[in-house]
Amino acid sequence: MGGVLAILEQREGMLKRVSYEALTAGRRLAEAKGGRLHALAIGPATLDPSQASRFGATTIFAARDDRLRHYQPDVYAALAEDLVRRNGYDAIVLGATALGKDLGPRLAARLSCPLTADVTALAMEDGAIVVSRPVYSGKAILKLRVRAVPCVISLRPNNFYPEESPGDGKLQELAVPDVQLRTRTVQFKEPETAKLDVAEAPIVVSGGRGLKDPANFKLLEDLAAALGNAAVGASRAVVDAGWRPHSDQVGQTGKTVSPALYFAIGISGAIQHLAGMRTAGVIVAINKDKDAPIFKVADYGIVGDLFEIVPRLTEEIKKLKASE
Amino acid sequence: MRRERLRAEVRRVKIAVCVKRVPDTETRIKIAPDGKSIDEAGVKFVLNPYDEFAVEEALRLKERAGEGTEVTAIALGPEAAQETLRTALAMGVDRAVLLTTSRQPMDPLITARVLSAELRSGGYDLVLCGKLAIDDYNHAVGTMMGELLGAASVSGVSRLEIEGNGGRAEREVEGGIEVVEFSLPAVVTTDKGLNEPRYPSLKGIMQAKKKPLETKPVELEEETLEVLELALPPERKPGRILGEGPDAVPALIEALRNEAKVL
Repeated sequence: MGGVLAILEQREGMLKRVSYEALTAGRRLAEAKGGRLHALAIGPATLDPSQASRFGATTIFAARDDRLRHYQPDVYAALAEDLVRRNGYDAIVLGATALGKDLGPRLAARLSCPLTADVTALAMEDGAIVVSRPVYSGKAILKLRVRAVPCVISLRPNNFYPEESPGDGKLQELAVPDVQLRTRTVQFKEPETAKLDVAEAPIVVSGGRGLKDPANFKLLEDLAAALGNAAVGASRAVVDAGWRPHSDQVGQTGKTVSPALYFAIGISGAIQHLAGMRTAGVIVAINKDKDAPIFKVADYGIVGDLFEIVPRLTEEIKKLKASE
Repeated sequence: MRRERLRAEVRRVKIAVCVKRVPDTETRIKIAPDGKSIDEAGVKFVLNPYDEFAVEEALRLKERAGEGTEVTAIALGPEAAQETLRTALAMGVDRAVLLTTSRQPMDPLITARVLSAELRSGGYDLVLCGKLAIDDYNHAVGTMMGELLGAASVSGVSRLEIEGNGGRAEREVEGGIEVVEFSLPAVVTTDKGLNEPRYPSLKGIMQAKKKPLETKPVELEEETLEVLELALPPERKPGRILGEGPDAVPALIEALRNEAKVL
């Protein structure tokens, strides 16, 4: 009894990075508690969850069926609930992704146990799980001690660096339970042009009102393309103005991002925007106003006309990439 | 005659909207002397922005369905949350219920249970609420209520259609959009992009004063999550301005490459 269950996430049969993050955090927790790490992988028939054993899982439960190509909340919740009831884990960890933010609460409600969401740090202190999680959109950090067993813990992506640790990784197949689908995912619409999500991209290039016109976002798209693995984000002002889709918004009523590198271009740095990107690794600000609040959080700043600076930057990045 | 038939085709639904009183997004957070909560002095509280989308969507559904559809706003919070509910009433909600409590639960399941008990007694077809509250960022209560009520639920919805005994919704996920079908009763949590919430009109504000707002004290279950500390995030170390205009670009490339090592 005891131990930790890591719920894995896949796309097109491949485990996503967030799965390895959940396994890594789950294994550390299991070791601190002296228990085992199990993994649950749900997806299409082609799903290969064997990689989970490289990250310390001793048993990998897999429910593989083409009906599970997309997230089906009722089936996922039933599979996870059943495993927890059978094996009595102390904690269930999963990524705080669109899937995890839906599945975590379902599981906690079914198990009548607490949920700590969007956790950025996880430890054992005096035999109890202690978590830290950003609240007020990152303007403050809340530290909580969990006083119940089990507990569902969703982990903010990009906060637990995946670390390999061999496990025996026995694979155990699970049958798809015959449950009523009150909610059915019937389609997954991919964007017309494949683009990285601002919440997942290692580099984010964001623009604000300083761009002056929606067409000028082309400058940022060119910079993102030159950088490679970069997504274009936007401030609330330009999303509210209809220049960019809401899915690109960074900030308190948009997405909270933690990329390795963040460019804030023509963004003054309203408090609600800063809340969404202050955990980025390196922040670069380009703004014509040297007193803009964005320069207070930026590691590097350039003051001046973005319409002159950004094309030059794109050109230099291209040269750099070509020389590599 | 024809008009009546058209109306009858749109199913009349009983709608509840769960809302929360939260500090405004522009609030600068100060930690209270206990080190476990925020200093509320001078903080402006508003209707949670994500809940505004839920209120707006409920009102649009009601406007389509016509008379006979009732929208109830429900909040769990301190007495001061009456003001939050008055905002919802001013937008056009018909009646409101405030479940009063002196503390805000840390475990979202405690909140979901209290709200679900109230919802169960109301026999609602559709429950709407924001996908998250901008204070606790849990992104959990709506989905938990769906489970507790044995109802369908969809979270983070940016497009919604209700037809007959079910609905169809779209939710943005990493790398795409999931299209979801569900049966009623259902709990739907709303994301930005679903609609453009209306501002309360002067007439609406006047009418809101006369609309029924019931307050009911509630007992919360024992807390399962103990607050050890609430702290400001670590300050970022001061950065530097590398220069002015495009001539500063080479210095930036140099810094990103050799100092920060991110290029």
